[in-house]
Amino acid sequence: MKRIMWLGILAIILLVLALRTAQGHMLNPFDSFHGFGTWFAALLTLAIMSFLYNDNPVYRFAEHLFVGVSAAYWMVMGFWSTLVPNLFGKLWPSLTAKLFIPGIADQPRDPLWFLYFIPLVFGILLLLRLAPKGGYLSRWALALILGTTAGLRLIAFLTADFMGQIRATLNSVAGYVHPSLPGGTGVFSFEQMFWDVVSVIAIMAALSYFYFSKEHKGNFGRFSRVGIWVLMITFGAGFGYTVMGRIALLVGRVEFLLVDWLHVL
Amino acid sequence: MSLVRPAPRGRPDHQTRPPRNPLLLPLALILGGMLMGFLPGSVTSASGQVETEAGGQVETETGGQVETEAGRRAEGAAGDAVPQTAPPPPEIEARDTPSDRGENITVTWTPPPEDTGVGGPVFGYRIERGLSPEGPFEHIGQASPGATRYDDTNVADGLPYYYRVITLTASAEGTSGIGGPAIAAPQWINTNQWNVFIVLALLLGFNLYFIEHIKAGGKPFIRKIAGLEAINEAVGRATEMGRPILFVPGIQDMNDIQTVAGVTILSYIARTVAEYDSRLVVPTSRALVMTTARETVKEAFLAAGRPESYDESSIYYITDEQFGYVAGVNGYMVREKPATCFYMGAFFAESLILAETGNSIGAIQVAGTAMPAQLPFFVAACDYTLIGEELFAASAYLSGEPKQLGSIKGQDVGKFIGMLSVAVGVLVLSIAMITGWDPLVRVAEWIRIFWSTELA
Repeated sequence: MKRIMWLGILAIILLVLALRTAQGHMLNPFDSFHGFGTWFAALLTLAIMSFLYNDNPVYRFAEHLFVGVSAAYWMVMGFWSTLVPNLFGKLWPSLTAKLFIPGIADQPRDPLWFLYFIPLVFGILLLLRLAPKGGYLSRWALALILGTTAGLRLIAFLTADFMGQIRATLNSVAGYVHPSLPGGTGVFSFEQMFWDVVSVIAIMAALSYFYFSKEHKGNFGRFSRVGIWVLMITFGAGFGYTVMGRIALLVGRVEFLLVDWLHVL
Repeated sequence: MSLVRPAPRGRPDHQTRPPRNPLLLPLALILGGMLMGFLPGSVTSASGQVETEAGGQVETETGGQVETEAGRRAEGAAGDAVPQTAPPPPEIEARDTPSDRGENITVTWTPPPEDTGVGGPVFGYRIERGLSPEGPFEHIGQASPGATRYDDTNVADGLPYYYRVITLTASAEGTSGIGGPAIAAPQWINTNQWNVFIVLALLLGFNLYFIEHIKAGGKPFIRKIAGLEAINEAVGRATEMGRPILFVPGIQDMNDIQTVAGVTILSYIARTVAEYDSRLVVPTSRALVMTTARETVKEAFLAAGRPESYDESSIYYITDEQFGYVAGVNGYMVREKPATCFYMGAFFAESLILAETGNSIGAIQVAGTAMPAQLPFFVAACDYTLIGEELFAASAYLSGEPKQLGSIKGQDVGKFIGMLSVAVGVLVLSIAMITGWDPLVRVAEWIRIFWSTELA
């Protein structure tokens, strides 16, 4: 019964769509490639959205199509935007220009071009996983990737997440600037002082929550609990902010369906 | 709020540079020998930018020109054939930009007395470059009135370059002498980051000390992390229900620290799964993550004494495309209904979609990420969440290895130093602001300079 009901609803929708198309209110999918593309995109959008009801064959079709097409797309992108210009183009520019990108022949060759044999060798080592023997060699490439990543990111994290945060927190909480100092008015602002104090306490409390080598008991435990409150308030604000962004995405998709496809707006 | 000294008369406050602190020189001399390891590659230079005494910046032609009123007037003036009666800059110097990765030359000049800034008789400066002192010179960029410096970022290392600066007025031009030769070269040591070196050496020193301390038998205390306590319970539940366990390592590659932390936790989960003889599924959105996850899980099963239970096909690649990956994982969730879902790594907009789908199928969910924008969604939709650094601490906690535990202890000392610095710094700054006492103002300024990530 339920299935018949859904099929009936689907038939009515299709009928309405067919009538609107026949009357010229909507793009005809068989008239032009643009029309076909719009219909295809709209139906795929609805197919993905059908997941909100339940898993179904239509969703499954859209899912597999999406996964297959995107995986192939990224593979092609990886080849053309990374391997060809950054590896083959550096090592064998004339051959690459002949086979893939003619424009690359005009560029001067990197004086350290031979260093690109290192990523080539490690790339081949990664592929050795597929070989029946010597698969362990792929670990060397992985070790290099993990090690260099950790080393390279260390300074970036230290400066941005540690020193940068401390520097940003170093502000006066007096709410007052002496007239002899630049920008000093000599006027006390309670509001300024209040928010500066709140800011410093909130940061210190949140930081204390991430202190792992001391049990969160007593005064320290109470202080770190304030830190949890700070985190949760921040998350709440972040939740609302991001949801608004997501609604904007949804509006964009609904707009596509109503304007570009159905032409009802 | 700046702590710079009151500006000299005739110039706005923001024109002046902060005063050189007397403490800096002796400290720099003491630490001079220690400065190492900061490759100029880490320098963030303002490429192709001109610093003006007025604090303004004008991008060069090579770096994308920003037209200003003064620039347009200067350009118009330059286009006409005018007699050289304008006052030229009396002094010009061109030299290799220090502490950089090369391919950069800094040209500095002394502005003529007639240059009174924007709105004055001098409309700006035209900078020209040549490969010999006799020329020819080509126009490479221009600077606003009041400018004293130009960074030429379009040069090759090892070649001698000569520069001249031309003052532009409404009816005349004045050409300076020749500056140079200047030869661009990269430097091995970035002396602008000596403070970063000190902080790094201090933190790594603490790490090494605690690692050795724990190796020597020290018993470190690490507080309980709620999300990790739930792993055994979650795996046990899946085993009892006869359903698989899903592990999602985020959507970033292995060059993201969060993915590395996620894979470390995967190792522990895989070992638990092997001991419980349950089933683990790991869909990935990056080929390298798949390779690493396979290695990790294989070793975990081996360590648990169940290598025969390892199933390579249960760790598979879906697609690099963010929402294609989400569609694939969601499809798996609703079809196979895993009893437990782990989300450990770097996540973006897919976090809530995954967590809500997991919630809808009744899975017990444990998440961990350091992405601030995604944490609220995991906190709302999951049973347990490792917040930020808890994700990184978790791997150390689980492994029990001295190296990782020592690092946690060392980082805690770093946090303590950070908190202490904030407390002392805020106190000193506040008293300095209230009293305006000069020595205290200097100390406060030095504290702020020390924690700056790039010293000028």
